[in-house]
Amino acid sequence: MSVILTEAEAKALLQKVLKYSKADECEVNLLGELRGNLRYARNEVSTSGLLINQNLSVQSSFGKKVGVATIDEFDDASIEKVVRRSEELAKLAPENPEYMGVLEPQTYLKGSGYFESTAKMTPESRADAVAKSLGLSKGQNLQAAGFLENRNGYTAMINSKGLFAYYANTNVNFSLTVRTDDGTGSGYVIKGYNDFNKLDTAKASSIAVQKSLGSKGAKALEPGKYTVILEPTAAVVLLENIYFDMDARGADEGRTFFSKPGGKTKLGEKIVDERVTFYSDPQHPDLPASPWSGDGQAQGKTKWIEKGVVKNLSYSRYWAAQKGVKPLPGPNNMIMEGGTATLEEMIKSTKRGILVTKLWYIRPVDPQTLLLTGLTRDGTFYIEDGKIKHPIKNFRFNESPIIMLNNLETLGVSERVVSTESDQSYMVPPMKIREFTFSSLSDAV
Amino acid sequence: MKRRDFIQLSGMGLGAMMGASIPVLGNSVSVERLLEPAADAAQKKKMADVALNAARSKGATYTDVRIGRYLQQFLFTREKNVQNIVNAESYGVGIRVIVNGTWGFAATSDVSTAGIAKCAETAVAIAKANSKIQTEPVVLAPQKGVGEVVWNTPIKKNAFEIPVQDKIDLLLKVNSEALKNGAGFVTSNMFFVNEQKYFASTDGSYIDQDVHRIWPTFTVTAIDKAAGKFKTRDAISSPMGMGYEYLDGLASEKIAGPNGLVGYRNSYDMVEDVIFAAKQAKEKLTAKSVQAGKYDLVLDPNHLGLTIHESVGHPTELDRVLGYEANYAGTSFATLDKWKTKAFNYGSKEVNIVADKTQPHTLGAVGYDDEGVPCKQWDIIKDGILVNYQATRDQVNILGETASHGCCYADNWNSVQFQRMPNISLLPGKEKLSVQDMIKGVEKGIYIVGRGSYSIDQQRYNFQFGGQLFYEIKNGQISEMIDDVAYQSNTQEFWNSCAQICDKDDYRTFGSFFDGKGQPSQVSAVSHGSSTTRFNGVNVINTGRKIG
Repeated sequence: MSVILTEAEAKALLQKVLKYSKADECEVNLLGELRGNLRYARNEVSTSGLLINQNLSVQSSFGKKVGVATIDEFDDASIEKVVRRSEELAKLAPENPEYMGVLEPQTYLKGSGYFESTAKMTPESRADAVAKSLGLSKGQNLQAAGFLENRNGYTAMINSKGLFAYYANTNVNFSLTVRTDDGTGSGYVIKGYNDFNKLDTAKASSIAVQKSLGSKGAKALEPGKYTVILEPTAAVVLLENIYFDMDARGADEGRTFFSKPGGKTKLGEKIVDERVTFYSDPQHPDLPASPWSGDGQAQGKTKWIEKGVVKNLSYSRYWAAQKGVKPLPGPNNMIMEGGTATLEEMIKSTKRGILVTKLWYIRPVDPQTLLLTGLTRDGTFYIEDGKIKHPIKNFRFNESPIIMLNNLETLGVSERVVSTESDQSYMVPPMKIREFTFSSLSDAV
Repeated sequence: MKRRDFIQLSGMGLGAMMGASIPVLGNSVSVERLLEPAADAAQKKKMADVALNAARSKGATYTDVRIGRYLQQFLFTREKNVQNIVNAESYGVGIRVIVNGTWGFAATSDVSTAGIAKCAETAVAIAKANSKIQTEPVVLAPQKGVGEVVWNTPIKKNAFEIPVQDKIDLLLKVNSEALKNGAGFVTSNMFFVNEQKYFASTDGSYIDQDVHRIWPTFTVTAIDKAAGKFKTRDAISSPMGMGYEYLDGLASEKIAGPNGLVGYRNSYDMVEDVIFAAKQAKEKLTAKSVQAGKYDLVLDPNHLGLTIHESVGHPTELDRVLGYEANYAGTSFATLDKWKTKAFNYGSKEVNIVADKTQPHTLGAVGYDDEGVPCKQWDIIKDGILVNYQATRDQVNILGETASHGCCYADNWNSVQFQRMPNISLLPGKEKLSVQDMIKGVEKGIYIVGRGSYSIDQQRYNFQFGGQLFYEIKNGQISEMIDDVAYQSNTQEFWNSCAQICDKDDYRTFGSFFDGKGQPSQVSAVSHGSSTTRFNGVNVINTGRKIG
């Protein structure tokens, strides 16, 4: 049996698993994936690998007693064994008061994240893609360190109430750091797609090369409040901390940014500039995502923040029942609506400011205000009278993405970007922000 | 290969503390399965020889094989509920070869003779393919075979033999004490890891090791709903290379700190700590916000460990220094040219930092590393001067040394081993000095306990650290609890401001249980020992903000 099953093959296997079930309720999750990678540093290949994952997870329940067992062999004897084990574990488990039972069958949107071009990738195609990148650094006294990783996989689930779901997708991510031989310049690029045909490693690498050479001879600027232009790679690592926090339970319990004095939440309140809209949409053409959540709930297009106002917080099925509202699963992707400005136009309209191309080591400092700290990295530039004047030394910042989105000046065109912190892909525009707080200088290049 | 799963911890109170997720390696199994013995050494030797012979016959000039059984038991609770119990097992073989001066690696869960032989052939084929684009051949430091040897973590109580119910009872007791003492919410967790690893190489080593690690922890949250404020306090336990005896809470292992605070050495009293934690989280809700400025910092070992980890541990990893981690974790300011001067003052004369893989109870302690090198202790910073790095067999020649430091580790049989941090610890002061006496000498300072927010640049110059508890020191005495504290400094400047270190009676280890490195990312566990230490004139910022 191949590792990647078609929808029909997955359904047949899952139906077979269910037949062994003697529990009150049973839910089965199935996953198969092939991951290939190639890593290089100092202009040479350092490691490479292929990871094959296949896993079957059976959840059995008796009343509110739940047990889960997993296995990676799919012969009949193994399947029966894993079902029995999950039932034994369920009988031994304490009651889970938050167990909501399995879902009725759902209707899902069509998934669109699978591309043959990526599924067909081989060690040779990875090496070719990397060779195009290395060709640019080797000739120019530059040191390249990069990572190319592709995934071809599917997930499927079935339950004893007749729900069945299947989603196949592919993904390829390419990241590269180019440093000058003397260690005084560094540039970075990261690109991610579902479709390998969209990845041009040479073109991407030339961005890192350009930033590396352009960041040589950085001058120190006093820390303080500056107008900044954040490229999407920099903006996304701040914004995703808002997304991670948009759960109703924590907010209702009074322990997240979305909590409000008096025991209420910020649902319905305007929290950021009215040009800010975040939504999730499994069918977004540039950022397709699974049309169902991990527990089988259907995912639709959902506004989370609309024109600066909190429109939705996610509710687990348990918490929704407690609060008497409809459950809303956490999103599988997130799109921030953009404006129309190009990066060049944003620079041109800036009297005095800083272009930030990447941020690094983002950590929460105060969850109450979503205050984050981190540093600029791999190319930071001073802008004066509408032009990039010179590279500047890196800064540490302490800033909340909420405060930042209240100080919004301009939004550019939204584009697909990979978070260097979480490895998740998003749609994020470049943005100009006033009074962004840099608190100290760093000597790091 | 087996599944690598992740438990998302957002909403479990640990998200901010440890990054996004907890890695689970392997299949979920029954508790009883965790107690079943691994294959015996004779059987594993036979399996290893299959790999060594197969690789040699295909042209490998060096081969090592790791037969690994990795067991994990993780327990998660919140308030009155058990949220999750994970019992996981991962079993397989990883084979690493050198062909034409180039590394190749392959792994398999098929542990039959045919499966192992095929895996060895794959490793050879990968090495051959990669050798076409390799320009510098691997130079491996010599390592004499050690024959058939055994090493076990010296545990008193195997955590996997303790009934799950006993563990749940303790965690739920911890939670109920937290709620009784003013916490609004509490999550408590236990992590147990057992690595049963067998290493063999063409050098003539057959090494059987049984490694245990434990980490009990919690987070309490205090809420002021009317004001819309919340504060948390995490456990000040440390992950350890110990068995369940770490949870005995022995009085003899408690260290009385200032202001009624208690530190824990090699035995942890989880119930006592959570009662303190609940009261302190509540106290934080009304604590005075710090006035930004320069302060002398008195740093507790349970806090200082993370600062050592980030500002000394990572920058002295030789692979980072050389550029192998440039695209992810970054490089290092502690470059070879600085080291070669033999005069690079990393810190003040008080600062002596050792790398170590032998210290009992620590996370890094093993008999041999994952390329068969016997473990040892060596100096990294001596009297303030940078004197060495952390290296593996294929790197140590760059330092002019002929024996590896023993810093090679893989987090699973299916991950390739690479350079990972040994325990990196600050030696205690030689003169008798208690924390209370240290505080007496501070005019304007802050006493910091526990691990908080942390961030450092990619070359490890500029850092910012928070903590769990902050106390203002005025004229030699602790005046009151304060909040919104983070300190920012530059690594060299910071360690040169090190003024005093308490003596060995105050020495304790801090640990990092899931330290991430590499692409694809692997975890490792490492301890950092120190006594309470004073740093003069460090820049403190106020992290409080008003929104709306």
